[in-house]
Amino acid sequence: MASKQNKNKSLKDLAIPKSPTGIDGLDEITDGGLPQGRPTLVCGSAGCGKTLLAMQFLIKGITEYNEPGVFLTFEEPTEDLQKNVASLGFDLKKLSASNMLHIDHVEVERQEIEETGEYDLEGLFIRLGYAIDKIKAKRVVLDTIETLFGGLKNEGILRSEIRRLFHWLKEKGVTAVITGERGEASLTRQGLEEYVSDCVILLDFRVTDQISTRRLRIVKYRGSSHGTNEYPFLIDENGVSVLPITSLRLEHKVSAEIVPTGIEGLNHMFEKGGYYKGSSVLISGTAGTAKTTLASYFANETCKNKGRVLYFAFEESPSQLVRNMQSVGIDLESHVKKGLLQIHSSRPSLHGLEMHLLSLHKLVKDFKPDAVVIDPISNLISVGSISEVRAMLVRLIDLLKLNNITALFTSLTQQNISGTNELTEESVSSLVDTWITVRDVEGVGERNRGLYILKSRGMGHSNQVREFIISRNGIELLELEIGPEGMLTGSARKKHRQNVSAQKDKNIKDIQRRDREIARKKKILESNIETMRIQFESAAEELNKLEMEEQELSEKLTPPIKKHIKKLK
Amino acid sequence: MKTEAAVDLKKYSFKLFVTGMSVSSTRAIQNIKTICESYLADNYSLEIIDVHKNPMLVQKYDIIACPTLLIERPEPIKRLIGDLSDKEKILKLFNIKNT
Repeated sequence: MASKQNKNKSLKDLAIPKSPTGIDGLDEITDGGLPQGRPTLVCGSAGCGKTLLAMQFLIKGITEYNEPGVFLTFEEPTEDLQKNVASLGFDLKKLSASNMLHIDHVEVERQEIEETGEYDLEGLFIRLGYAIDKIKAKRVVLDTIETLFGGLKNEGILRSEIRRLFHWLKEKGVTAVITGERGEASLTRQGLEEYVSDCVILLDFRVTDQISTRRLRIVKYRGSSHGTNEYPFLIDENGVSVLPITSLRLEHKVSAEIVPTGIEGLNHMFEKGGYYKGSSVLISGTAGTAKTTLASYFANETCKNKGRVLYFAFEESPSQLVRNMQSVGIDLESHVKKGLLQIHSSRPSLHGLEMHLLSLHKLVKDFKPDAVVIDPISNLISVGSISEVRAMLVRLIDLLKLNNITALFTSLTQQNISGTNELTEESVSSLVDTWITVRDVEGVGERNRGLYILKSRGMGHSNQVREFIISRNGIELLELEIGPEGMLTGSARKKHRQNVSAQKDKNIKDIQRRDREIARKKKILESNIETMRIQFESAAEELNKLEMEEQELSEKLTPPIKKHIKKLK
Repeated sequence: MKTEAAVDLKKYSFKLFVTGMSVSSTRAIQNIKTICESYLADNYSLEIIDVHKNPMLVQKYDIIACPTLLIERPEPIKRLIGDLSDKEKILKLFNIKNT
C-alpha cells in the first residue's frame, strides 16, 4: 500500500486530474474528487439521494470552485427542482441569474412520440452543447438519462446514442454526473451507463431492524485509487455528507500531555497523574457502579481547565444528567452556560449506528472539543450487532485520535461468572488505551464499590483494587485496607479498623502494666539493697568494735612482748 | 424559410427539425415533402429547422431526437421522430386515407 502510494506520487503528473465535489467526505474517498472531464455515474434506488448528490456537486462547483454547471433534468420540472433543493439552502434562481447555472428540463414521457424510422438524439446534444457553451460550463448533470428509454422505443438507437453522448461529453471536457435508477441485476436498468462511465458511485438505502441507513460505495474509478468500503452518508439541512473514516493507518501523532481524571485518588493510581491527551479511556462496570459519575468528573475537570467537552448521553437527558451530578457535588450547568460543555442526549435507536457516528463526526468537526464522553457505548448494541458496533467504535476512536481528542467511554457489563462482557471483551479492549473497571464488592449484607485499572498503555499504574465512596462531596478513593482474608471494604473495613485500634489499646495497657511491674520489682530490690546495706553497716560496726578492743589489748601487751621478741632475736 | 403569416390559415402545420445534411435528415426532408405535395396539396405549411443553427428553438420545442417532425396542426400536437419512411403510419396520423 505504502509503496503504491509513493509510486502514485512520483507519477502524479500523469495521474488523472480531479474535480472536487465539495461534498464532505466524498473527496476523501475518491482521493480528490470525480474524474475531471469524464462522466461519472451515480446510481441507486428511488429516494436514495441521487439527484441531491448531483445537484450538490454542481452547486458546490459554482460556489466553491467557480465552475459553472448545467443541470439537464429529465424528471422534475425546473420549478420543482428549485423548491426541492431550496429546503437544503440552495438558491437555484440566484445562481441561474448570475449565469453560472443553467437548468433545462427535458420532457420525454409527456410527449406523444411516434417513431417512423431511423433517428438520432442530436437534439439533445445540441441543447446540451448550447447550454454548455452559453455559460462556459465545466460541470454537467444529467438526471436521469434512462428516462429516455421510457419515451423512446428503439433501444438499439438509444444505447448507441447514449454511448455517443458519453464520448461527446468527454470530448467537451466537462465533468459529468449522470444519475441512474438501480436495476434488478445490474447497477442500472439498462446495464449500459456503468460501462461507459469512468467512475461509478452506488447509493443505497437500507432498513435493518427498522433503522434506516444510507450508504455510498465507489464501485469503480478508472485510473485512480479509491476507498472501497460502503460509507454511510447523511442528508441533512446542509445537504449530503459522507463519512469516510475507515483510514485505519494508525498514523496519528500522539501527545505526551497528561489530562487529569478529575479524581485526586485516581490520578495517583496513574504514574503520570492522569490520562494521556488524545488517548481513549474505557470505564466498564456493572449497573450502578458510578460509571456516569466517573465520566462526569472527567468532563467537569476538563471544563475547569478551560477544555471543551462533548458529552453524549444515551441514557439520560441533559437536564437529568446535570441534576444528578449536582447531587455528588459537580456543577455541570455552569460549564454548559459557558459553552465549554455540550450535552447531547438521544436514544441509540433514534437512528442507525452509522448515523450516530456521522452526527458525532459532524459535531466534533463543528464544536472542536478537547474531550468526548460517550455514556454508554454498550447501549449502541441495541441498534447493531457486536461486529457493527466494533466497526463503528474503531472508526470513532480513529477519528478522535486523529484530532487528538481524549475519548472516554463507559460500558455496562453483565455480572456473569467471568465478570466481563462480550462487547467489552471482544470489541473494545484492544482499541482503548486505558481501561478502568468499577465493580461491586459484595459481602456481609452490603454492596461496596471497587475500582481498579485494567490497563494503561504507556504508563505505569497501580495494581490495587481501591474502594471508593460517593457522598455529597463527590467521589473519594479510600486507602487500601488489607485484612487476613484480602481486601476489605465497607463495614468489614470498619470492623477491621476497630479491631486494629482495640488491639492497639490492649498492647499499650500491657506495656504499661509491664512497666509498673518493673518499677515494683525495682522498688523491692532497692529496699532489699537498703536492708542489706544496714545489715552490712551493723556488721562493719561490730567488726570495728572488735578491732578497737584488739588494739587496746595489744597496746597493753606490747612492751613486754616486744622485749621478749628482742630477746629472742 | 419562415412563413408564419400563412401558417395560421393552413389546416396542416409542420416543423421539421433536422441536423444539417445527415442521411436520415435528408431522407426525412424528402419524405415529408413528397407526402405533403401528394396528399396535402397547398393546405399545409412546412418549416425546416436546422438544429445546429437554431439551438434556442431546440430547447423551446423540447426536441431530443433528430429528425423530429412536430405536428402543430391538426391538434393535438404530435411528434414524429425518425426519417419518416413509414408512409402508412404518417398518413394515418394525418387522418388521410391512402387512396
